[in-house]
Amino acid sequence: MSVHGIQVTINGRRHDASVEGRLLLSDFLRMHCGYTGVHVGCEHGVCGACTVVVDGAAVRACLMLAVQADGAAVTTVEGLAGADGGLHPVQQALRDEFGLQCGFCTPGIVMTLAALTSGTGPPGADSLLAALSGHVCRCTGYQGIRRAAQKLGGGTQGEPA
Amino acid sequence: MKPAPFDYIAPATIEEACAQLAEAGGGATILAGGQTLMPLLALRMSQPFILVDINRIAALRGVTRSEGYTRIGPVTRQNEAIADSTLAKSLPLLVTATRHVGHHQTRNRGTIGGSIALGEPAAELPATAVALGASVEARSVRGSRRIAAADLYLGPYMTALAQDELVVSIQFPDWPSGTVNVFREVAMRPGDFALVGLTGAVAVKDGHIERAGLAWFGMGPTPIKARQAEQALVGQPVAGLDFDKLAGLAVADTDPFDDHHATAAYRRTVGRRVFARALSEALQVHQ
Repeated sequence: MSVHGIQVTINGRRHDASVEGRLLLSDFLRMHCGYTGVHVGCEHGVCGACTVVVDGAAVRACLMLAVQADGAAVTTVEGLAGADGGLHPVQQALRDEFGLQCGFCTPGIVMTLAALTSGTGPPGADSLLAALSGHVCRCTGYQGIRRAAQKLGGGTQGEPA
Repeated sequence: MKPAPFDYIAPATIEEACAQLAEAGGGATILAGGQTLMPLLALRMSQPFILVDINRIAALRGVTRSEGYTRIGPVTRQNEAIADSTLAKSLPLLVTATRHVGHHQTRNRGTIGGSIALGEPAAELPATAVALGASVEARSVRGSRRIAAADLYLGPYMTALAQDELVVSIQFPDWPSGTVNVFREVAMRPGDFALVGLTGAVAVKDGHIERAGLAWFGMGPTPIKARQAEQALVGQPVAGLDFDKLAGLAVADTDPFDDHHATAAYRRTVGRRVFARALSEALQVHQ
């Protein structure tokens, strides 16, 4: 069993830690660094609740080892709101469109949509809607989440097809 | 749902990785994108003593063109392949197939080589490699050898790769101009494993089928080439092809199974329709 020194920038803050090789990135973020907005559902890559942004890309934190994030920049849902506590546009859209109920899956969905809308050009509603297939929500029936994604993608706000 | 303890090493070069695999004497597992291996570790279906992470080996990434073929580094991420301008021109079928692998989030980590080296029978990329006549270059301290994708898959998750071998490149040969691609997948939801899938290419010259490479996924223990249908196609005029008869030949080569998603009979029935429809639609431009 190996132990590794790692340095990860999380939400703009540098974290130095010593971790076992087998430690999952999701557990590192929650237990070592206190980012409990990273929700752990299935813990084997199916549900999408633990999705975080690593070097600009939305990934499942339970399918990465903490040691693999050495040198990377990670953003969790805690890193999205403005300094004044104002909601990120993705959070605002989900709120406006009733895109959540219990909220367990929400941080993962927020991070996927945040990563895809962070570029310069419009992301396109189609790619946002397609990326939602990587998340399981057991409350909403997805319609509110789809409306939020369509809104963020610049699509219409009508009933989804 | 936590992996059992292991030693983690992340070599910086191919040579280092091969030396470590040789030293481990079969006790090591290679970690590429991890989108299948990490769940297997979490479920403790896989418990290696040593995990060799190849993500930091720069030489294993990227797409290059050579005379007659396209070379893909195995650690090229699936989403990188989808966005790659070279692949869009030289291997559009691979791009289409990769779009069907998992979800956006898993494609950000998952790799082309990881999927091809793993040999999941319902996966899109191994079947596409088999259909197009691709090959992998396997490296070890013992040397280097090239394995045709058609000879790579022995059973579910079982390949001809030895335990000390690392896939260092995947080569896809060019197909003639006038090639049309065939891809169709039936799954319960986007991103799910295929219940039935067909992938491949058909080259047409002067209104006749010059060459055909078609393979099934989700239709047996490995990717399965539709050999009888391929043979029946070659030399035939495109106009007047009997797609239903060809579909029957294509399904005759499969070996589907019953599981909790679908019965073997269902897969065969759907497979016939999928084959006839996908092939006739792909060839429409030549009719």
